[in-house]
Amino acid sequence: MKALFKYLLVPLVALLSACGGNPWNNPYPAADAGKNILYSAFAERPKHLDPVQSYSSNEILLTAQIYEPPLQYHYLKRPYTLIPATVEKMPVAQYFDKNGVQLPNDVDATQIAYTIYEISIRPGILYQPHPAFAKNEQGQFLYHDLTVKDLAEVYKLGDFSHSGTRELTAEDYVFEIKRLAHPRLHSPILGLMSDYIVGLREYSATLRTAAEAQAGQQGSDAYLDLNSYPLEGAQVVDAYTYRIKIKGKYPQFMYWLAMPFFAPIPWEAERFYTQKGLAEKNITLDWYPVGTGPYMLTENDPNRVMILEKNPNFHGETYPSEGMPRDERAGLLADAGKPLPFIDQVIFSRDKESIPRWNKFLQGYYDASGIGSDSFDQAVQLTGQGEATVTEAMKAQGIRLETEVATSTYYMGFNMLDPVVGGLSNSARKLRQAISIAVDYEEYVSIFANGRGIPAQGPIAPGIFGHRDGREGVNPVVYDWLHERPQRKPIAAAKALLAEAGYPNGMDAKTGAPLVLYFDVTSRGADDKSSLDWMRKQFQKLNIQLVVRSTDYNRFQDKIRKGNAQIFEWGWNADYPDPENFLILLSGAERKVDNDGQNSANYDNPEYNRLFEQMKNMENSPKRQQIIDHMIGILRHDAPWLWGYHPKDYGLYHAWYSNVKPNKLSNNNIKYYRIDGSLREQKRREWNEPVLWPAVLGTLALVASLFPAVIAYRRRERGTGTRQASPAAQVGTDNA
Amino acid sequence: MLNYIIRRMLYAIPILIGVNLITFTLFFVVNTPDDMARMQLGIKRVTPEAIEKWKHERGYDKPLMLNDGEEGAAKFTHTIFFEKSAAMFAFDFGRADDGRDIAHEIKSRMLPSLAIALPVFLLGLLVYITFALVMAFFRATYVDFWGVVLCVALMSISSLFYIIGGQFLISKLWHLVPISGYGGGLDAGKFLVLPVIIGVISGAGASTRWYRTIFLEEMSKDYVRTARAKGLPESVVLFRHVLRNAMIPILTGAVVVIPLLFLGSLIAESFFGIPGLGSYTIDAINSQDFAVVRAMVFLGSLLYIIGLILTDISYTLVDPRIRLE
Repeated sequence: MKALFKYLLVPLVALLSACGGNPWNNPYPAADAGKNILYSAFAERPKHLDPVQSYSSNEILLTAQIYEPPLQYHYLKRPYTLIPATVEKMPVAQYFDKNGVQLPNDVDATQIAYTIYEISIRPGILYQPHPAFAKNEQGQFLYHDLTVKDLAEVYKLGDFSHSGTRELTAEDYVFEIKRLAHPRLHSPILGLMSDYIVGLREYSATLRTAAEAQAGQQGSDAYLDLNSYPLEGAQVVDAYTYRIKIKGKYPQFMYWLAMPFFAPIPWEAERFYTQKGLAEKNITLDWYPVGTGPYMLTENDPNRVMILEKNPNFHGETYPSEGMPRDERAGLLADAGKPLPFIDQVIFSRDKESIPRWNKFLQGYYDASGIGSDSFDQAVQLTGQGEATVTEAMKAQGIRLETEVATSTYYMGFNMLDPVVGGLSNSARKLRQAISIAVDYEEYVSIFANGRGIPAQGPIAPGIFGHRDGREGVNPVVYDWLHERPQRKPIAAAKALLAEAGYPNGMDAKTGAPLVLYFDVTSRGADDKSSLDWMRKQFQKLNIQLVVRSTDYNRFQDKIRKGNAQIFEWGWNADYPDPENFLILLSGAERKVDNDGQNSANYDNPEYNRLFEQMKNMENSPKRQQIIDHMIGILRHDAPWLWGYHPKDYGLYHAWYSNVKPNKLSNNNIKYYRIDGSLREQKRREWNEPVLWPAVLGTLALVASLFPAVIAYRRRERGTGTRQASPAAQVGTDNA
Repeated sequence: MLNYIIRRMLYAIPILIGVNLITFTLFFVVNTPDDMARMQLGIKRVTPEAIEKWKHERGYDKPLMLNDGEEGAAKFTHTIFFEKSAAMFAFDFGRADDGRDIAHEIKSRMLPSLAIALPVFLLGLLVYITFALVMAFFRATYVDFWGVVLCVALMSISSLFYIIGGQFLISKLWHLVPISGYGGGLDAGKFLVLPVIIGVISGAGASTRWYRTIFLEEMSKDYVRTARAKGLPESVVLFRHVLRNAMIPILTGAVVVIPLLFLGSLIAESFFGIPGLGSYTIDAINSQDFAVVRAMVFLGSLLYIIGLILTDISYTLVDPRIRLE
């Protein structure tokens, strides 16, 4: 007993004392308690952290904190407004005709041959410390000619003992634009930008040829010096100024300048990372970013944890001092004018499953959380006015809810090439209109999205220019305006349209056969069966049989590309806050089947196409709104989509997490957030007191259950040979 | 014995080729190289040129198994199957479709997988054998009856339930250990307690019953009766004679899984946030990364073959009557 006390209990007590009151279930080191750290989770490991390649939201969440494109969105202002990030002032588009003569700003877009954006960055901005910049006393780069021996003990970027920095220059921005065309990189916007940036398409071919020639001599991974190959569309004017030349007029280009695709990359980084032996150790630019932003990636283990730390070289930026009227009331302007960023470190832990993520949020180990359908009822309740708020249990923990309508749309598309539901004939149009009325998206949002969405009246999401609220924004094909709110038309109206389409009561008037339609969806689990059954019922209202054709996502995409689907579901997240980014989804020039574009429904209405071409290059103005209204009217009449709904994002935040205003387009928001580390620590301890009695009780129960067996064993061992011959009978007798 | 081992190693080559062929066929029945490219390049704004470029760079622009455009041996060697398989047999796993080095990933993920799998294996073996011996000792008594009932109940429950239930009770309600996560060095301990306990409990039903059956079979043999007739205490009979003679079937089941411990657990690693090879495989399947799936299946097959050879060798150690020829 003494030995048990000495060798087991004493060390255990000592170990527990060493925890210093740190909750036992705390997944973080005790030394981090109370620190100014933001804790977040990620489910899927990012594929690319090279700004020229990263496009997914989980990648941009990281790259946007590290890289600084020239522009950014104002954190608080709505509608979304572009402001300078690293530039002195907002660039102004200069228009020129084909002879190089500058044109006035209000000139007709057809006369513009090209547009020039001259961009001046602020001097004195420094890169984060990085070995690519490290130099010796003679000014030579320390790590630009690494040998196998040099790399023997290098397993991660932090294993390089020296680092350096240098000032951001205009050349770095031009270098990144050139990298869009790099033959070994896969920029998702190369195709799009080749249509706009002068010479980029040809530049891509030039680099490909150069890389192939170089590969023969130095290997396929050798450094390709982009500075040796000039690009007409992106040129350095001086150390702090560069110029981008765009074909024609493309006002939306300014929004692209706020995305990491146009962030600066120093040539030294490219040179450093392309050295032999580094890629084999996963030390690449795609894995270890080099930026000028408020944070730098100091630990990159995407299987477990990714850590951002304050960039010690970050240039001065302050919290915005103006916002929307309600921002002041919400305390969002309390930090106005204070230097950014507020948080020292951001720890993203990998938690692939939603259950552990949710529970760790409730225990205070994650500072914010989304809401899954499993936990929705536990987290959110509706007030008498239909407003969403947190439940009493959440409120007791000080958790608050922030909601924001996403700049996205989920829709159900008709393949306009399909002989039954497609085409612009009256019959097909009325069939689509009838279905648009029958499928009740208000009910869908209520049942399947827990009310987190707004039934859409057209393709443009709320908050984007061109979207209209109220009566004038209602789709008259599907809704009536009654009692100051839109009211879905009765099913009788849909049936009447169906009859006019040639399918009275869901039967083909010519053949007498029942109307059967096909709904192409990606493979779904048992969870989605209810939503598919619901969809069948919506069509059943019109006596239309809906056959669900489920397939995997690859086959589904293939069907859409080839135009083999009939009815399908899809969605779109806006890249930038311009109606062009939504209306392009129905432009004839973007038809999926002919052009492999973004128009999955293959809708092609000449009048709509004409108006789209006119609208896309216009500045926001009443005239542009008028054209958009006309275009939306055409779309509603033709009904190539069931407009579906615009999702509403719900986020839960702990009481210690402040300065949060959901911003669906800007991704570099972490610099604005603030954490009260001491409050968090206090709450964590309060919420996570260890409960020991079940473990003690369980152990006692186990010991107690074995006690009779031990007695029986001892009796048997002491028993006579005769009794031992039947040990089972012995135990049975003992029990009796 | 050396000859035997060499012969078994040579047998492994056609088996590995077969496994590789089946993996390749199954994968490309479901996915095309275009699908793989689209998965890597994303959905938005992907041009056909970008897809062709991606395939060309990774060698997926060639025919799958037979290149009609070539002559002679090149008909077979200038194909995706040959090019992707040949390097793997030299243990050059190449790069994942997202550009990361697979060998590096395997090396870095092996330890976390082992950190769970090894304690579960060792502790499990100890617990299952102990309980099986207790049940065998008290056969046909209430201990045996309720033990079997408990085993059947444990076997009937999904391992996912154990994970979710364990996380709920031990971490969420009682706050004893972290729900999920992983740390390096000694810090890993607190993250491993729960997955190890759950791993042991979830495997207890089937394994304990299996070992109990083995022990009961042994206990019915003549030598046990003789030992008892000699007056040996039951504990001596059990531990010195029954346990030793039951080692062959126990080894069959145990040694074969030892090499597979490196591969980790698919579900447990995902739920507990353990960055091991199990979650690596799941990620690769989800992202249609053929290079990783192929490498992991190859590694799994190889380790399984090694496990079988080790089992054969271990027979000779526990049973002197067995000779490998």
